[in-house]
Amino acid sequence: MKKTGPVILGFLVGILMLVQYFTPNAWIEARYNNVLDWKQVVFGMTLILGVVSLFLYHWRKISRRQSGWGYSVVTIGGLLFMIFAALIWSPEAGPYRWMFDYVQAPMQATMFALLAFYVASASYRAFRARGFHAALLLTAGVIVMLGRVPLGELIGVRIGETHISLATISSWILDYPNLAAKRGVMIGVGLGMTATAIKIIVGIERTYLGRGA
Amino acid sequence: MDASMAGTILAAIFTLAIFSLLYRDNPFYRFAEHLLVGVSAGYYVVHYFSSAVLRKFAYPVFVSQDWWLLPGGLLGLLMLFRLSRHTQWVSRYAIAFYVAAWSGYLIPSVIQERVLVQIQGTIPQLIGATPGAVIGALILLVGVTTILVYFYFSAEHRGALNSLSRIGITFLMIGFGASFGYTVMGRVSLLIGRFQFLFQEVPEVLGL
Repeated sequence: MKKTGPVILGFLVGILMLVQYFTPNAWIEARYNNVLDWKQVVFGMTLILGVVSLFLYHWRKISRRQSGWGYSVVTIGGLLFMIFAALIWSPEAGPYRWMFDYVQAPMQATMFALLAFYVASASYRAFRARGFHAALLLTAGVIVMLGRVPLGELIGVRIGETHISLATISSWILDYPNLAAKRGVMIGVGLGMTATAIKIIVGIERTYLGRGA
Repeated sequence: MDASMAGTILAAIFTLAIFSLLYRDNPFYRFAEHLLVGVSAGYYVVHYFSSAVLRKFAYPVFVSQDWWLLPGGLLGLLMLFRLSRHTQWVSRYAIAFYVAAWSGYLIPSVIQERVLVQIQGTIPQLIGATPGAVIGALILLVGVTTILVYFYFSAEHRGALNSLSRIGITFLMIGFGASFGYTVMGRVSLLIGRFQFLFQEVPEVLGL
């Protein structure tokens, strides 16, 4: 019941989803669509579980007056405000929408923008050309970065009538060697995903069920 | 002061609070960070509760009486058993359902999109192609093949296999460098966007 039941359920659902691809049967297709809907509901409930977990974590910090508990008040305040704003007014307008437009979206964009500085410092460490392959990484990275700004259009050489700029080389790198690398990785990952998915459906891979499964 | 103006000022204050981390960790940054976590969690829970739980379960089952959608809600409720240590094994049913459903859904689409289509795109179409296109297509073919050789671990990489896999590493390094450069530029354009907000939009709204 605790270990085998979930694996049997997984097997049945996985086989149904797989079989649907190969059969035009209307009943199977309808159940396939049902499973897609059920998946969304399970995902929604998982998110609620995550939020309950987040609430309990911060609530414990506040009730025990742990260091930084004041910030937990801010987190819980923000969370509850959004939920009640959506309940009292509407998710489409009012304070809920206002908080999204003027608090969440700008802060999220700034968080990602902040990464530019950290990526720059990380690239300084990573891009030190210690060998042939590191030098290639460095060269490709620098060419693509320079090729994406107006300066990249100006730096280059003229061969006959053709002007080969850093922007041209950057596009070529992105279109050919970079695409080859992406494709190679994508095919490898695709084969790996397929193998793992089969292992999950037949119950060989069950670590996702947690300890003791 | 209208809501839009107040919002822009608040957004500017929070933007500066987050940028203050570049100096060092400080209370302004931590306030903004914790508020972002709370507001984002609230936003996504409302969004998914209404788009998934209400639209795909509650309304169809209790209003339209489409009983085929009832199991989704029951499976979703099983997830909540995870909150108790003694009953958390019950949530394995929901997890097994979700993971296996994804797995079954992914197998055909992954083989189609990530394997077959990519192989098809790699096989060069040489008839009627320009010399530049032929060279490009051959580079793609050599790159993809040698990278796959590099990821082939069932035999020791010696001799020809080693030489091919080293060519594969060369392609991978160029690809990683290019992707890194592309990512950096993506982040930089976000940064430019935030500076434009601070130095153009905010003064405009404030009438400066």
